[in-house]
Amino acid sequence: MADDSERVPPPFPEMEQRETDPADGESDEDSDDFEGEDIFTGNSQPSEPKKDPLPPAAPTTSTTTTTSSNTKTNGLHSDDEEQDIFAEATVELALDSPLNNRKREPAQAKPSAPGPSLTVTGPSTLKPPPAKTFEELEEEEEKDAFELNIAVTNPEKVGDGMNAYMAYKVSTQTNLPMFKCKTYTVKRRFSDFLGLYEKLSEKHSQNGYIVPPPPEKSILGMTKVKVGKEDSSSVEFVERRRASLERYLQRVVSHPSLLQDPDVREFLEKDELPRAVSTQALSGAGFLKMINRATDAVSKMTIKMNESDITIVFKWFEEKLLEVESEDQHLRKLLSVVETLVNHRKELSSNTAMFAKSVAMLGSSEDNTALSRALSQLAEVEDKIEQLHQDQACNDFFILAELFADYIRLLTAVRGSFDHRMKTWQRWQDAQTTLQKKRENEAKLLWANKPDKLQQAKDEISEWESKVTQYERDFERVSATVRKEVLRFEKEKATDFKNQLVRYLETLLHSHQQYVLRFNKEVPKEILEFLHVKHFHSVNTSCSLDCRLLHQRGVVGFCKDPYMLEESSDFLPNIIVDGVLQGLYPRDIRVSFTPCTKSWPPTKTEPAASPEASPS
Amino acid sequence: MMDAGIEDNSNHNFSGYDVRVTDAAQNGDTFVYVIKSQQIPSDTEYRVEREFEDFEWLHHCLLTQEGVTGLHGIIFPPLPAKPGTFLSNSEAKTKKKIESLAMVDDWQMYCRALEEYLHLVTAHTVLIKNPAVHSFLKHRELPIKTKVKKGIFNKLTQAVEELRKEHHKDIDDFFQNERDSNLTLTAFTKAAVEKFLEIVLTEQKIAIACGHFSTALHLGIGQDDDPADYAFAKMCLKLSEVLDTVKKNFEKVAENDLNTLGFNLELHSRFQDAEKEMLFRRTCKLVDVETANKNLGQAKPHKKAAMEDIKKAADKEFDEISGMAKVEIQRYHRERVRAFQKALIELSDSQLQTARECCVELKQQLAEFKQLCAE
Repeated sequence: MADDSERVPPPFPEMEQRETDPADGESDEDSDDFEGEDIFTGNSQPSEPKKDPLPPAAPTTSTTTTTSSNTKTNGLHSDDEEQDIFAEATVELALDSPLNNRKREPAQAKPSAPGPSLTVTGPSTLKPPPAKTFEELEEEEEKDAFELNIAVTNPEKVGDGMNAYMAYKVSTQTNLPMFKCKTYTVKRRFSDFLGLYEKLSEKHSQNGYIVPPPPEKSILGMTKVKVGKEDSSSVEFVERRRASLERYLQRVVSHPSLLQDPDVREFLEKDELPRAVSTQALSGAGFLKMINRATDAVSKMTIKMNESDITIVFKWFEEKLLEVESEDQHLRKLLSVVETLVNHRKELSSNTAMFAKSVAMLGSSEDNTALSRALSQLAEVEDKIEQLHQDQACNDFFILAELFADYIRLLTAVRGSFDHRMKTWQRWQDAQTTLQKKRENEAKLLWANKPDKLQQAKDEISEWESKVTQYERDFERVSATVRKEVLRFEKEKATDFKNQLVRYLETLLHSHQQYVLRFNKEVPKEILEFLHVKHFHSVNTSCSLDCRLLHQRGVVGFCKDPYMLEESSDFLPNIIVDGVLQGLYPRDIRVSFTPCTKSWPPTKTEPAASPEASPS
Repeated sequence: MMDAGIEDNSNHNFSGYDVRVTDAAQNGDTFVYVIKSQQIPSDTEYRVEREFEDFEWLHHCLLTQEGVTGLHGIIFPPLPAKPGTFLSNSEAKTKKKIESLAMVDDWQMYCRALEEYLHLVTAHTVLIKNPAVHSFLKHRELPIKTKVKKGIFNKLTQAVEELRKEHHKDIDDFFQNERDSNLTLTAFTKAAVEKFLEIVLTEQKIAIACGHFSTALHLGIGQDDDPADYAFAKMCLKLSEVLDTVKKNFEKVAENDLNTLGFNLELHSRFQDAEKEMLFRRTCKLVDVETANKNLGQAKPHKKAAMEDIKKAADKEFDEISGMAKVEIQRYHRERVRAFQKALIELSDSQLQTARECCVELKQQLAEFKQLCAE
């Protein structure tokens, strides 16, 4: 994304980010600053040398998205890639979000000056917020001229009672020539997505393509939504579904062959789609599908590749299949472990909340005022920490768990494509056997000397010969497709995982930093209280009553080059964070600054010589 | 062995003894604690080994010391519960698995609790005068070890009495207030302790889950020559490292919690109970006094003199107790606040420290991970 294109000093992006996105831009800044650091420490741009033309879609919001390499230039932006911050930036995606409008600039525009960078990072996924702000995609397509960005946003409940459903807004921005307009916005419901999948899989999976599977149906979840229960679990469910639909669409369009399919285009463009009835659980079509699946399973058991036919190419497929199987198992195990972790974190957050309450009660019934105040302070801190834990749990879930679950489903699709290949092979083999039989028949007839039937037999033979050749070619084709697909899939998977894990780690680090900051706030206040009221000899005699609270001190100074700093929180400049992190403000040391009347959090006026620096 | 030095100590922080419980060793069924003590003015250090029963004996001696005025007005430092139930009872039983992991810390914490008990005893100006304390700390073998067992019958009668006398209105406002506030504080402190221990347990659970996650990531690593898979494997390993850091962090956090606030809250909870007992004893005495007065009023003339004597004795005792109690209560509150403050500060400090360390490590690992991705 802006990784390779950001050549401006990082304070700019921080400023920019904080201006526009104070509450949400947390993880953005992280990535911004990091990207800055990359540049300044001379790291090579994180490029993926083996990337495919259309890199895989990153799920929901990806701050450090698939970074496009500088090597892939295109006519449109080739010169400016060095300075053009927006070279890879995406167009503002969701039309309905004014927040993004402010942050984005049209991708086509070549900014004249290196203004505030455009790390078009969407709001973090730290909380499952109202869907509005959640949709920005910073997609870096490598073909800069041809972009296709999709966002799924704004789940709305349409209708009432048991006939209600959630409608999602699907916004597309593109400059691909095959689309008539540059942008589209349509409303789709879940069954539409399923319908799209059905159509695509009918057409393509026989040829060995790996069609990404849509998110699963969930009767329980949807029923809760329909009934109108507005509790956290149904909100979470809707959010999960929205995010997975978005990822699904992104995967579909990032597949070069699937993108060409008119159905996909129709899905994105048409205002009204015919209701996809065949996706309903309890319908004629549903039953038909179940029966088909059963027969498939049976036939799978009977097909066996002939051992003698195994060539090196075949071996490759066998090995791959085994790999897929083991990977599937691995992912399943990881998924269950992550889910345990998420549950524990949620438990921790609720326990912390309860503890905070009981501490508050203790504090309020305490006679000694100083202690009472300190205890209520503790209660407040614990409350905030509870929020932190909650957020981290959501992160764990949305980033990691969903990632694993998605890939488990994708692996099923991969297996499906292998199966199709098998079927083609089988068909070919069957045709060969039939041909053989026909030839024998012909020989018999020849021997029995029946000329009239002979002609018929000869016709049949030629017919079957052509069939055999055709099937053989089919098989070859399908094999090649499968192979290509699998390779592509693996590459996508690698990049996908990379991005997600980086995001996850960033959020982890961020939440830990928040934890540090919270605790650091607590300490000085308590001492102050105690020392005001009680006078006894304790460990903190060095801290006099003049000792100002942390937030009232001025900035001490640079503890290290601000441009080197990676992460920051949304409301603290790097200096302070790093100072805190390095223990620059231990409570025992008196800092002789005249106390200023700033309040916590401190303003953004950084000593850094950045003209853009402005208080939020 | 009463040194003038000890009695001169008016500063409550300073006891005449420096006592440390350094070790706990398992001796068959029971645990033996090694106690090292040193009387401050002199240089001799004593080392004895004691079992939990010995502590109970000491406590019993303190409670039944003869000839001390106002003994019942003293808030006796609370003895820790019998080992094995150090953590909150319900938790300990249901989360056996976690319990075993925390065992190591548990014993250290328990030693610390015993040490604290001895500190409190030796710091108390009245209690230190009890010869039992000295023999406990210095003699190899303790004198008569009478098994102090509270029979069920005792407990029942005590419970009945408690119910009867607990709500007896006090004549002194100071004490009435104290009793009321004690009641509320006890409840709240107990609740806080429970919740806090739950937090600690959950933190430990998270640490374990992180460990599982970390090992699970290792499972998928095969020897793949495929570059994509290789990269994936490297990522998994790195993530596993990160998770190990997180795990260590959580373990440390739980430890910090336990060592500071957890310890303090637990001690307080027990101290509240001790205070409650003391106030109860005083209330019983008050009831005695009032009964004596009533009897005196109702007494027949020839018994009047005897009643008078009883009344005078009861009055005197009551006054002594009240006097001692007042001093004790004020001292107790001062100490409590101070200890609480110390615990809170220690908690913040240690958590801050741990979080800082973790941040540094995570930062490092994030950088490495990104480096890896860049390749």
